[in-house]
Amino acid sequence: MTKPINEIEGEIVEEFSLFDDWMGKYEYLIELGKSLPLIDEQYKTDDLLVKGCQSKVWLHAEMKDGTVVFTADSDAIITKGLVSLLVNVLNNHSPDEIINAELGFIDEIGLKEHLSPTRSNGLVSMIKQMKLYALAFKTQAQS
Amino acid sequence: MPHLEVVKGLHKVWEARKDFPILERQVNRKPLVYLDSAASAQKPQVVIDTINQYYSNEHSNVHRGVHYLSQEATTSYEVVREKVQRFINARNNYEVIFTKGTTDSINLVANSFGKANLQAGDEVIISAMEHHSNIVPWQMICEEKGATLKVIPMNEAGELDVVAYADLLSDKTKIVAVVHISNSLGTVNPVKEIIRRAHQKNIPVLLDGAQAIHHTKVDVQDLDVDFYVFSGHKMYGPTGIGVLYGKEEYLNAMPPYQGGGDMIKSVTFEKTVYNDLPHKFEAGTPNIAGVIGLGAAVDYIEDLTVEAMASWEEELVNYAIEKLSVLEDIKFIGQAKNRASVVSFLVNGLHPYDIGVILDKLGIAVRTGHHCTEPIMDKFGIPGTVRASFAFYNTKDDIDKLIEGVNRAIDMLK
Repeated sequence: MTKPINEIEGEIVEEFSLFDDWMGKYEYLIELGKSLPLIDEQYKTDDLLVKGCQSKVWLHAEMKDGTVVFTADSDAIITKGLVSLLVNVLNNHSPDEIINAELGFIDEIGLKEHLSPTRSNGLVSMIKQMKLYALAFKTQAQS
Repeated sequence: MPHLEVVKGLHKVWEARKDFPILERQVNRKPLVYLDSAASAQKPQVVIDTINQYYSNEHSNVHRGVHYLSQEATTSYEVVREKVQRFINARNNYEVIFTKGTTDSINLVANSFGKANLQAGDEVIISAMEHHSNIVPWQMICEEKGATLKVIPMNEAGELDVVAYADLLSDKTKIVAVVHISNSLGTVNPVKEIIRRAHQKNIPVLLDGAQAIHHTKVDVQDLDVDFYVFSGHKMYGPTGIGVLYGKEEYLNAMPPYQGGGDMIKSVTFEKTVYNDLPHKFEAGTPNIAGVIGLGAAVDYIEDLTVEAMASWEEELVNYAIEKLSVLEDIKFIGQAKNRASVVSFLVNGLHPYDIGVILDKLGIAVRTGHHCTEPIMDKFGIPGTVRASFAFYNTKDDIDKLIEGVNRAIDMLK
């Protein structure tokens, strides 16, 4: 059984609280980016591309045993680290849980600036896209 | 002794950094290092004060009232038109049209000139290094009219192919629109040659001077350019104000771009008689504060002189290139022989976004991404660049901090 979303968020917040400066946070983020399981090359196509003005994010989603499984990648490593956090938080949850997730942890760990529209890194679109996938799977299951 | 003159001018330029209050602030708890002036330049106190003073004491609508304030505002507004006329050496003050900015100026010409002159089968020539604002308006009018957009190619160094350009010019060409100095490569284009060749075939030329107006002395009569466009905010003036210079013969022959107040002589429901230049192209209440602020910026530049500013900026560009060249696996995008004010680069195969984020954490503002010139990035097959752009208020210390920051980013990211 996967832990509830807010519990995973809480763990991330705790982990990040160990760093007392931005350097540590970003180094950790960069490590996460490097360790993110890459998306299957066959999914790195334009139709799975969540395009930001500055960096690109590829996102693939599928349903497994009633939960959504995301894989993702980005061409920028810091974006990839953030993508990895989001994937870790939302992966293996039901569509409803994903749709209702507020994802306040990004603000709490002090990385909210990456969700600003001027960053144009594709992250905001990615979150929207993850929720849209969840919604689509939910609708599919109901029909 | 011209040499001494330059040195004297330079001292004044170095002193002038203190005129910019924003350069004193901190970002992310670090002193701000502002290397993004090509996106928008900072404002000297005198420009800020002038706008303040205008709103505090002088504001009223222009060209409308018989009352004292309106007359005063109109005079101040029109004085700036004459200032700009002198600044770019236009023959007549009514050849200076105030717009919202470079983009607005290009849209005005594309729409108005395009409406009157473009037909199916005609061609518009732009170049491979245009900003989106000098691509899209032409694309839109070409699509509407069934005309074709032709593109002057460039070489690997980021220089336009003038021979290929000459071959593109034909009886079908109705206008050539080219950037004077490239915002993402820094290339200074051979605009006199471009204009001369077009004029041999009686084709008018528009120059996008957004990055040039404050980096090089612009004399529209000497260039013999037909349209010259630029923005206030890149030349230390306010945002939302720009200029379209056009030769009288062209502007007079062009239909109005927007309808409204100020651009008319008389209106009945049957027929409107348009106003004369320049008012024909300035519909509605203009950005009066913007114009007044622009006037202060022109005075400011003229006092320091473009020549002295440019000579320091050239020194900064050379210093930055020298220092960056030492970095392992550095790749400069745009290596034109004749260049100005920007250095675009990639390093160590790292994504520009990642470098930009780390630099920001260090208080260093650079631009990353495609700089609104996606076709250039496509040509070089890159996602974007890191661009450091310089203004006269930058110092070599700013560049040292940039290098330090880039090294830090490389250490963290690789």
